[in-house]
Amino acid sequence: MLYDIIIDGKSFRLDLNHAEGKWSCRLNGEPLEIDPVLTRRDVLSLRIGDKAYEVKADHVAEQLHLWVGSVRFAVEVRDPRSLRSRSRAADDHGPRKITAAMPGKVVRVLVKEGDVVEAGGGIAVVEAMKMQNEIKSPKKGTVQKILVSDGQAVNAGDVMAIVE
Amino acid sequence: MFKKILIANRGEIAVRVIRACHEMGIAAVVVYSDVDRASLHVRKADEAYPIGPAAARESYLNISKILDVAKRSGAEAIHPGYGFLSENAKFAQACADAGIKFIGPTAAAMDAMGSKTRARQAMEKAGVPFVPGTSRGLEYEEAAQVAEKIGYPVMLKAAAGGGGKGMRLVHAGDQLKSALDAARSEAERSFGDREVYIEKAISNPRHIEMQVLADEHGNTVYLGERECSLQRRHQKVMEEAPSPIVDADMRRRMGEVAVRVAQAAKYTNAGTVEFLVDQQKNFYFLEMNTRLQVEHPVTELITGLDLVHLQIRIAAGEKLPFSQDDVRIRGHAIECRIYAEDPDNNYFPSPGKITLLLTPSGPGIRCDSGMYEGWTVPIDYDPLLAKLIGYGTDREQAIARLTRALNEYFVGGIKTNISLFRRILRDPEFQAARLDTGFLDRMLARTETKKDDKATADVAAVAAGVFTAMGAASTGSASTNAGASSADEEPSEWKNVSRREALH
Repeated sequence: MLYDIIIDGKSFRLDLNHAEGKWSCRLNGEPLEIDPVLTRRDVLSLRIGDKAYEVKADHVAEQLHLWVGSVRFAVEVRDPRSLRSRSRAADDHGPRKITAAMPGKVVRVLVKEGDVVEAGGGIAVVEAMKMQNEIKSPKKGTVQKILVSDGQAVNAGDVMAIVE
Repeated sequence: MFKKILIANRGEIAVRVIRACHEMGIAAVVVYSDVDRASLHVRKADEAYPIGPAAARESYLNISKILDVAKRSGAEAIHPGYGFLSENAKFAQACADAGIKFIGPTAAAMDAMGSKTRARQAMEKAGVPFVPGTSRGLEYEEAAQVAEKIGYPVMLKAAAGGGGKGMRLVHAGDQLKSALDAARSEAERSFGDREVYIEKAISNPRHIEMQVLADEHGNTVYLGERECSLQRRHQKVMEEAPSPIVDADMRRRMGEVAVRVAQAAKYTNAGTVEFLVDQQKNFYFLEMNTRLQVEHPVTELITGLDLVHLQIRIAAGEKLPFSQDDVRIRGHAIECRIYAEDPDNNYFPSPGKITLLLTPSGPGIRCDSGMYEGWTVPIDYDPLLAKLIGYGTDREQAIARLTRALNEYFVGGIKTNISLFRRILRDPEFQAARLDTGFLDRMLARTETKKDDKATADVAAVAAGVFTAMGAASTGSASTNAGASSADEEPSEWKNVSRREALH
C-alpha cells in the first residue's frame, strides 16, 4: 500500500505491506527492514534494522503529532487511493477560518462583521485557567462572519470568525 | 495524633497530603467542586464531599462550606495545601473558633506577615536586612523624594501583593507617576488594597528562600535554602536545593535571619522566608510565605525529612523531633513544575483530556502528580499538573537524572511545558549555574537552532504509515480531542491483522 506522508512539511513516499506477520517497507524507494509492535494504543515500539525507537502518537485539536523519543513531528498521512488531498497550504487568498487554539471562554469579541483587520490584528479575547489570550487574524482582510459572542464557551478548533 | 484530617485543596498537593495522612494512619477527607468529581484526589481519599460549583469562591474558597464538611465528617484538623485558603488569616481564625486545628501558623502570625509593609516594620526591629526603600504605602510626592534618595531604578510593589501583580519597575523619575497610578489600580483590582510601596531595584537578582519549621513549644529550625531564580512573569518554573551559590557560612547566616523572622512573628508550623540576593551575595528579606510551598520536595530530598508529616505532628502539639545541629544537607535536588500549557503559543493554558500518560521512574526520580490517563484537565484552575523532581549525589547527576526522566515523561492529548525543561537543562548557562530572575526570559528570547533530525524524521514517516496500516484501534480512537483523524476513516485493518495473526 502506498502512502504520501508529510513530516514537518517534508514529503515522503512510503510503500508498506503487511502479510503473514511480516512487514515489507520502502521509504522513498529505499528498502527498510522494519519490525513494529504496538505496545498499547498510541505507543509503537519500532525496530528499523537493529535500531529501536519508541514512537508516541498524539492528537491535540485535530493535529496529529508523532514523538520519536522526545522529538516531535507534525504528521499528515495521505492515502493516494482516497484522492482526498487536503491542500491546506498557507493561502492568503480566499476566506480563512479563525479557530480557538484551546478550550475556554470568550471574554470579548474585538471586531464587528465588516471590519477591516490587519494581519496579526486581534479578533477576540479567550480566557482559560485565569489567563487571557488574544486570538489574532492570520491575514489582512475583512471580517466576513463572527460566530461567537461575549461569554460563550468554546472548544479547541471551534471556528470563531471568518476573515475574507 | 489526629485520626482524621480534611484537605481543603485539590490537584497534586491534595494527593501529596493524602499520601502523608495514609502513611501516618490518618483518614483523609477531601472536598471537591462540580468539575472535580473525577479528580485524582477524590479517587485517593477516604471520604469526599461535594462543595459546589467550579468557581473557586463558591467552593474551594468558601470557608463556611469547608468548615461544615469538617464538622460533618468529624475531621479534627484541616490542611490547606498551598494557594486557595492557605494564607487566609480569616480562615485560620474560623478554624480555631470552630475548634478545628488549622495545620499552619496562627491567624495572628499570618496577619503579621500578610501585609508586606507591616511585616517589614516588625522585621526591621528584629534586625533583618532589607532592600533600601520604604516600609509603607506612599503618595506620589513622597515616593518621588524616596526614589531620588535611594536612586533609580526602583521597584513599586503592592503591599498586599504576590505573583507579580501590582509590581512596576521604574527606570527614571518621569515614569514614576504613571507607574505608581498603574500599580495602584492593579493592586486595587487584584487584592482590594491600593497601598503601594517603593524599593531599590536590584539588577539581575537571585531569588533564594529559606525553609523554616517551628513547633508550638518555642523551637524553630531552618532546613536549608532553595534557589528559585528561574521564573516567568514572576512565577517560579523550576527550583533547586541547595543553591549553587550558597556555602555553609552563607546558609547559616541566612538561616539565622529566617529563624529571627519567624520568631518575631511568633510563627509556628512550616514557613518560607524569601530573600533577594544581589551579585555580591548580599541577601535582603523579601517576604515570608506562611504555608507549605509548591517546591517543598527539593528540601525533603536533600534533608531526608518529610515536611507534611512534620507539619501534622507540629499541629498535633508534638515537639520538633530534632534540633538545628541534626539537620544535614546531602546531595542535590531539582524540581520541574509540569504545567498544562502550550510552549508554541506563549505558554497559554492548554486544558483538555489526557489521552496518554507515560510516567518516569527509576533512580533519583520523584513524581508528585495530580493527573491520570483519561482525566480531563478542567479549565477552571491553575494549570499545574505535576511536579517532577530529580535527586542526585551532586548537581550534575541531578541534571542528568532529570533529563533522562523528562525523556521518559509523556503526556498526550494536551500540551505541556515538558520540552521547556529539556531546553533549560541542556542550556550551558544553566549547567554553569549562572542563574538570576531574568535567566528564563533571556533564554527564551534566544532562538534555538533546531538540530537536523533527518534520521528521526524517517522514523516518524515509517511510524505514521504503520499506525495508519494498523487502523483505527492503534491510535487516537479513544480520544475526544482527536478530530476527524485519518485513522477514523479507515476500516479496522488492525482488527483483521490481529485476527489473522491469532490464527497462526
